[in-house]
Amino acid sequence: MKTTDTISEGVAGDGPEPVPAPIAPERTGPGSRTAPGKKGEGQVLNVFSHGMLVIWAIMVVVPLLWAVMSSFKTDKTIFTEPWSLPDKLHFENWSRAWTEAHMSDYFLNTVLVVGGSLVGTLLLGSMAAYVLARFEFPGNRFIYFLFIGGMSFPVILALVPLFYVLQNMTLLNTLHGLILVYIAYSLPFTVFFLTAFFRTLPTSVAEAAFVDGASHTRTFFQVMLPMAKPGLISVGIFNFLGQWNQYLLPTVLNTDPEKKVLSQGLVQLAVSQGYKGDYSGLMAGLVMAMLPVLAAYIIFQRQVVAGLTAGAVK
Amino acid sequence: MQHGKYRFIVGFLVVPLALYALFVLWPFVQAIFYSFTNWSGLSPDFQMIGFDNYTRMFEDEIFWKALRHSLIFAVVLPLLTIGLALFFAFMLNVGGRARKGAAVTGVRGSGFYKIVYFFPQVLSIAIVALLFKFAYNPTDGVLNSLLRAIGLDSVQPDWLGDPDLALICVMVVLVWSTVGFFVVLFSAGMASIPKDFYEAALLDGANRFTTFFRITLPLLWDTVQSGWIYMGILALGAESFAVVHIMTVGPRGGGPDFSTIVLPLYVYQNAFGPGQAAYATTIGVALLIVTLLFATVVMRLGRRERLEY
Repeated sequence: MKTTDTISEGVAGDGPEPVPAPIAPERTGPGSRTAPGKKGEGQVLNVFSHGMLVIWAIMVVVPLLWAVMSSFKTDKTIFTEPWSLPDKLHFENWSRAWTEAHMSDYFLNTVLVVGGSLVGTLLLGSMAAYVLARFEFPGNRFIYFLFIGGMSFPVILALVPLFYVLQNMTLLNTLHGLILVYIAYSLPFTVFFLTAFFRTLPTSVAEAAFVDGASHTRTFFQVMLPMAKPGLISVGIFNFLGQWNQYLLPTVLNTDPEKKVLSQGLVQLAVSQGYKGDYSGLMAGLVMAMLPVLAAYIIFQRQVVAGLTAGAVK
Repeated sequence: MQHGKYRFIVGFLVVPLALYALFVLWPFVQAIFYSFTNWSGLSPDFQMIGFDNYTRMFEDEIFWKALRHSLIFAVVLPLLTIGLALFFAFMLNVGGRARKGAAVTGVRGSGFYKIVYFFPQVLSIAIVALLFKFAYNPTDGVLNSLLRAIGLDSVQPDWLGDPDLALICVMVVLVWSTVGFFVVLFSAGMASIPKDFYEAALLDGANRFTTFFRITLPLLWDTVQSGWIYMGILALGAESFAVVHIMTVGPRGGGPDFSTIVLPLYVYQNAFGPGQAAYATTIGVALLIVTLLFATVVMRLGRRERLEY
């Protein structure tokens, strides 16, 4: 650490001003003198930091591997030998979870809800974003900020009135009600992201189509939407993960046991399984719910990362 | 371009705006209004009672507990998560050194680490909470069996059952599930820092600490700040609700002796408990104010000269 003090003077004090070239040769002297000490420090640091990286990787992977392993074991060995490999692959856990524990129903409900709301979110979000990005009209800014503001509201505050809004419209405990709510709560980020995206697209193509006699609507669906495909994919994946993993909204708005989605179905299962003790079945259910998103992540790794980080990086 | 323009604009905006107003904006306005009434949630009748709910809230011991825990979440979680993520991201992008060709590189296998670290982020918070609930189980959870396996039979904590430990156990889960997101986020930011800055610093013999604090962190500051706000909102909002709601038990959820209760969970308990709907929205308003204050404070504290490069 002592070397730090002496050497740090060489780095531009207040910020990353590139060091003028002529200074560099003069500095090589002290640099090489401290070289042996630095090397030793570097090695210790390397071992330490590599160690931290490996430990965190293990901490991430082990719980997931443990869940996969447990889903193939018998209840008894999960507890008596938690770290051993399964004696054989007990696939009956999976079929039991799929049929008896209603995982198949939860799965189907989730696919229906997420499918419906994903299409709705992308369609309505891109329509609103297109108009807000491309047209001047009174109130444009106001509507834009109305949408963007939704990103900072804590959802939990709206839950009680939302419950009664849905009840009055007889949308409570229905899948289409849940779809509409998912779309509404996905709009702020989607509009925010796609407005920025539509602004970057060139105007000339749309104008040419319009001059050729295409209506605004036709121009949007046949020219602009296909051009916006990369943006739609990024924001689509973001919404897919968010909606697939949604827990709070269905827990409150969708209490019919027949209509449960995966995340709430699993929690329900965990609570009731506490008495029956079918842990292997529960683990199989957990792994089933994990697989689609893990698969989507591995396949679309680049787009997932781009979609999830797009909002926060300037 | 004028022909039919306004009809088109209205046609495209009306459905998204209607859905958003009905399911998002309207409930928020209603919630703030209800906080000044004595509405039970069960019957349609209610009276305006002014600030009575707010006075009651200030005298409510459990509210103060929930507020304290939420504030701990909002301060400690970003600190831990972003600190860890900055360290990992720095190692993965700049940490590896002295390899031929490039002046600055990440450690070996950094691409692999980035993929693995991001895994928990795509999992449902409900699944993550369940997994850790099993791991924490004092009699047959993996943690205690691991302790037994290395001969620590005497050290068998109750984890989630221990009022002193439960809150920490819950926070660990949130850190575990979000660090990867920030590693990837900061990596993207670090990748856009010009390499000559590092080369210049290297020529001057700067070590890793200096490089990090003098070059990487200042240039990454905007991203760190927005990450900080994002993490704080997450720690105050829906994610912390899900984790506490699923993992900890207690009289009404929220851990032994309300040791893990957080504001969103307390809103939920009141909202769907017996006839406390108006009081629940009052606590919700408190949560909204805390969230907005948090964001303002972080933006003020984090304000510094913008560095252009």
